[in-house]
Amino acid sequence: MDWQALTLSLRLATWTVVVLLPIGVLVARALAWRRFVGRRLTEAALALPLVLPPTVLGYYLLSAFGTQSALGRAFVSLLGHPLAFSFAGLLVASLIFNLPFAIQPMQRAFEAIPADIRPAAACCGMSPWRIFTGIELPLAWPGVLSALVLTFAHTLGEFGVVLMVGGNIPGETRTIAIAIYDRVQAFDTSAAGLMAAVLLALSLIAIAIAYSTSWRTEAARG
Amino acid sequence: MDDARLTVRVAQQTPIPLDATFECKPGELLALTGPSGSGKSTLLRCVAGLERGARGRITCARGVWLDSDRRINATPQDRSVGIVFQQYALFPHLTALGNVTAALGHRRRGARVARARELLASVHLAGLEHRRPAQLSGGQQQRVAMARALARDPQVLLLDEPFAAVDRVTRQKLYRELAELRRTLAMPIVLVTHDLDEAAMLADRMCILYRGRTLQVGTPQEVMTKPADALVARLVDLRNVFEGVVRAHDAPTGRTLLEWQGLVLEVTHTPAFVAGTRVSWTIPVSGIVLHRRDRPSRGEHENPVFGTVHECLTLGDDTTIGIRIADTSDALVTLRAPTHVARRNGIAIGVRAGASLLADAIHLMPWRETGREGAG
Repeated sequence: MDWQALTLSLRLATWTVVVLLPIGVLVARALAWRRFVGRRLTEAALALPLVLPPTVLGYYLLSAFGTQSALGRAFVSLLGHPLAFSFAGLLVASLIFNLPFAIQPMQRAFEAIPADIRPAAACCGMSPWRIFTGIELPLAWPGVLSALVLTFAHTLGEFGVVLMVGGNIPGETRTIAIAIYDRVQAFDTSAAGLMAAVLLALSLIAIAIAYSTSWRTEAARG
Repeated sequence: MDDARLTVRVAQQTPIPLDATFECKPGELLALTGPSGSGKSTLLRCVAGLERGARGRITCARGVWLDSDRRINATPQDRSVGIVFQQYALFPHLTALGNVTAALGHRRRGARVARARELLASVHLAGLEHRRPAQLSGGQQQRVAMARALARDPQVLLLDEPFAAVDRVTRQKLYRELAELRRTLAMPIVLVTHDLDEAAMLADRMCILYRGRTLQVGTPQEVMTKPADALVARLVDLRNVFEGVVRAHDAPTGRTLLEWQGLVLEVTHTPAFVAGTRVSWTIPVSGIVLHRRDRPSRGEHENPVFGTVHECLTLGDDTTIGIRIADTSDALVTLRAPTHVARRNGIAIGVRAGASLLADAIHLMPWRETGREGAG
């Protein structure tokens, strides 16, 4: 059992969720309610990671992270090292390939708020911030929560992109999914089996929590 | 008191064209009526500040909410409005009490809950404070919405088809409650409804809206019996709308003579239309008296018309009778008689019948080509 890999995976998943929460809520809200030019195209682009092979996504990210690209150079001057094959690079990749998992459920949740609810809140004299925290978020919360859980579970399990962008550096980029692959390659099936079981259990628990929370919220609301 | 009135003058091209003007005095209930798609709800949302694109001027209680010339366009938060939406738009995750308290942000924190309870009690919901909207009936939800709208101590109360989503029995009850509640309310109240009976019953004045334009503002009685033109007559569902030509005015007898379908009708003296003018005219169904078959009476000398019964529809105690005037193709005079009277006179489709058009009930209007477009 590679505890270091497990901790790294959990750390990556947690950071991904923390960073994607505000981004996801902002983007999902805009997509749900704003009508702007290029909205459909934006939605399509955000859904790309769902259909693109992880290797293709990984390849483009790797090229973007390289010192040949402006983005890569900007990160080198910022972090002091290239993004590729580092935890920071892994996090950036994780944020990108999780965009659809975070945004789509949140968008559906905001879209499900009845049309007159926000105008009604404004006519109650509530400020935009109070409407957001007191009305929109509580109503969209089940969707936001399931988005976060999906993101968390998906990050724990992602393999292709992580391998392409991060490689297999213990303590830096070797996640539990990579460690499992590594153990299988070394014919250490018992360690691979144990880690696979842990990953399975973690994912199951996460999804069960999300489902039961959203079910309870729905039931309370009738 | 007039300082607290609401004045509205707005125009816009998109998304729904508007060109509307009306005002509403404090304590007055003004009904905005018109067919679906006439812009009633859009107009109401302009007043609330929810529709942001309109140009014009809206003032209430000396406050200017919209003045596009001076680039003033207050947000809904800065307009003191209470609004009840068609589907109520209650916050589903909050209790009845929570919904009302949400609109009490302007009051002292410690006083909000007590005030919310008081408001809920005033709409007969004491004891149901802790129910969520889903646990309340349609009528109860409407009352919560009403309490929430009043919670802000608004300078104007806006009601957007507030009775459309409940059953008939509940609706009748809510009508009575609104009438009762109104006595305690001092602000202008604007009610959007497509239901003319509702408007006539509840409103002090009604405003007829068609394709975003205000066609006529007046008391329900005025609008229903003296529509401004044939289009308004059709919009308020008057059955007897015809065209004729003014032939002469007879001041001594106080009568104007109107030529219609080869007949000459005596109508109320209306010198505004010079002789020879083509006019539209209307008469309410209640202004037409069925002739008795067995015993002619003196009243029958007043504008008698004869024809064949073309329509005979009994609805409970009333029978609606359509008489097609002899020798003409499209003039159908519709009247209403008690069912027993219709039976006693042997009224049935195909039977000859006569009726008198009461001169004082005939109302002349400027001629206007309407087709049937307004009939919907």
